[in-house]
Order: sequence, then C-alpha cells, then structure tokens
Amino acid sequence: MKSAVLVFPGINRERDMARALRMISGHEPAMVWHAETALPKGTDLVVVPGGFSYGDYLRCGAIAARAPVMDAVRDHAAKGGLVLGVCNGFQILCESGLLPGVLMRNDRLKFICKDVHLRVERSDSPFTRGYNAGQVIRVPVAHGEGNYAADEETLKRLNGDGRVLYRYCSADGEVGDLSNINGAAHSIAGIVNESGNVLGMMPHPENHVEDIMGCTDGRGLFAGLVAHLDRAA
Amino acid sequence: MKARVTVTLKSGILDPQGKAIEGALKSLGVDGVASVRQGKVFDIELAGDDKAKAEAALKAAADKLLANTVIENYRVELLG
Repeated sequence: MKSAVLVFPGINRERDMARALRMISGHEPAMVWHAETALPKGTDLVVVPGGFSYGDYLRCGAIAARAPVMDAVRDHAAKGGLVLGVCNGFQILCESGLLPGVLMRNDRLKFICKDVHLRVERSDSPFTRGYNAGQVIRVPVAHGEGNYAADEETLKRLNGDGRVLYRYCSADGEVGDLSNINGAAHSIAGIVNESGNVLGMMPHPENHVEDIMGCTDGRGLFAGLVAHLDRAA
Repeated sequence: MKARVTVTLKSGILDPQGKAIEGALKSLGVDGVASVRQGKVFDIELAGDDKAKAEAALKAAADKLLANTVIENYRVELLG
C-alpha cells in the first residue's frame, strides 16, 4: 500500500500516522506538503492527519480544506482512490466537501482526551474489513470539535445507506447518550462518502497500533486497507 | 470601501458556546436574556469603489470561505 500523508502548518499527528502506516503496510509513506498540486504517482491511500491546521482559525479545517493539495485529493477521490481523514483530517474533509456535514464544538464544551469505545458497524468496507461487524474497539480521541452534525436528510441517508462505519459506544457495544462523548448526531464517530472510498473519523486508530501503546485495536483499520488493496491488485 | 460580513448559525443548529454565554449572563445577574447565539463579524476593506463588484466579491468570499453554509447564514453590508 503506497500512502501519502498530507502536511499542513499546525498539524501534529502526521508522524504518528506515518509510523503506523510504515509498520503495518511495510512501505514508507510520502509526506506531502499542502502547497503541492499533485500526489506522488501510484498513491493508493491519502491520509489527512490530525492536529490543529492553521491554528483552527476561522473554523476547524476551513483553511486547510482550501489548500492547493486538496484539489489533487479531490481528483484522487473522484477516481475511486482511498482517502482517510482522522480528527482534524475529518474536519478538513467535511470543510472541503468530500464528506457531508460538519464537526461542531463538543456539546459539553470541553476538549476530550481519553480512550473511547467504538462499535464497528459493518465489515464490508475497505476501512473496516480488518474487523467484524459489531466488534467493539478501543481507540483514543483528542478533540474539542467532534460533535458531528448534518441536516436530517443527510443523517437519514448516512444511516440508511450504511455509511456510518464507527459509532461511539460503551465497552459492551451499547450506543446511547451515556457513551456519546461529544453529542454527535446518532453517536457518529466515522462516516464514508457515497462511493465508500473516503472515510472521516474523529478517533485516532494510529495511536493504538503497538503493544507499548497499551492497545492494538487500531491496527485492524490499516491492516484491512492493506488487505483490500492486495485483493484489488 | 469598507464592508462587514456577519456570519450567524442557522436556526435549529445547536450552539453550545451561545448556551454557555447565556448561562454566564444569567449567573452575572443580567436580567431579561432569553437566549444567546454566537456568530462572527468580518470587517473587510475593499479596493476600488464599484459597489456591485464589491458585493459580488464579498458574496464569493462568504460562500467560499467565511461561512460554512451547511450550518451558517451570512449577511453582507457595504458601509461606504
């Protein structure tokens, strides 16, 4: 799997992401500066990592979403290429129009930095094939604006078309107000676009991939992508 | 030419920051506040003095960047 990790001023999770990709795919990811107008040839997966691009000025992800490299990402996505946005990356994908909706301020106004449980809603997507449907995984979150919101029509489509891949849940997989850490509509933690090749999620799977991290539940996402691409090749 | 773009949350969009400010005003004893919604104001200086051009530029600025029209409305005013 050849991956490209986008780098914007103010991003701070790009090296965690690169480490996870290198470890799991066996290939060194390309780090791509935001002012570039093209992705490296043969890129399978574009990753928009987490952080605080442009200091979260204006709205989280708003300025990064208009960077030159995002046109190349749009082309890549339009051709069916895989795109993964994590945390600020999810916000950037929403602001860029690659995903619907918006990430609002957490409903209790606090920055949340802790491990959470996610329920994997289906296993037949490139982004979840390393898991079983209904499986509960534990991954960290670190965000102040992760409260997913969209109009009713969009939410209906996301739910009806199986485009919600990850939801916040309790340790035993119950979805409800108690485990909905940030007030997200329908406990949404991660969604895909209509054609299923662009995923945005608030939690950080790249931070639970090695034993030393205390948990390796995040590996499945990356291993699933590698398996998906191997099969397609 | 000076202009002002005001960006506000659409009605029906939950505004936790506005709610927190509303709570703070109540705890300060400011009476009669029914609700608060927080927005943004952009004061912009434009080159030239063609009003139609200025309005078109401001509208483009708001649509492309200043507002996220999924959740926000905006208003453009030319202040002369």
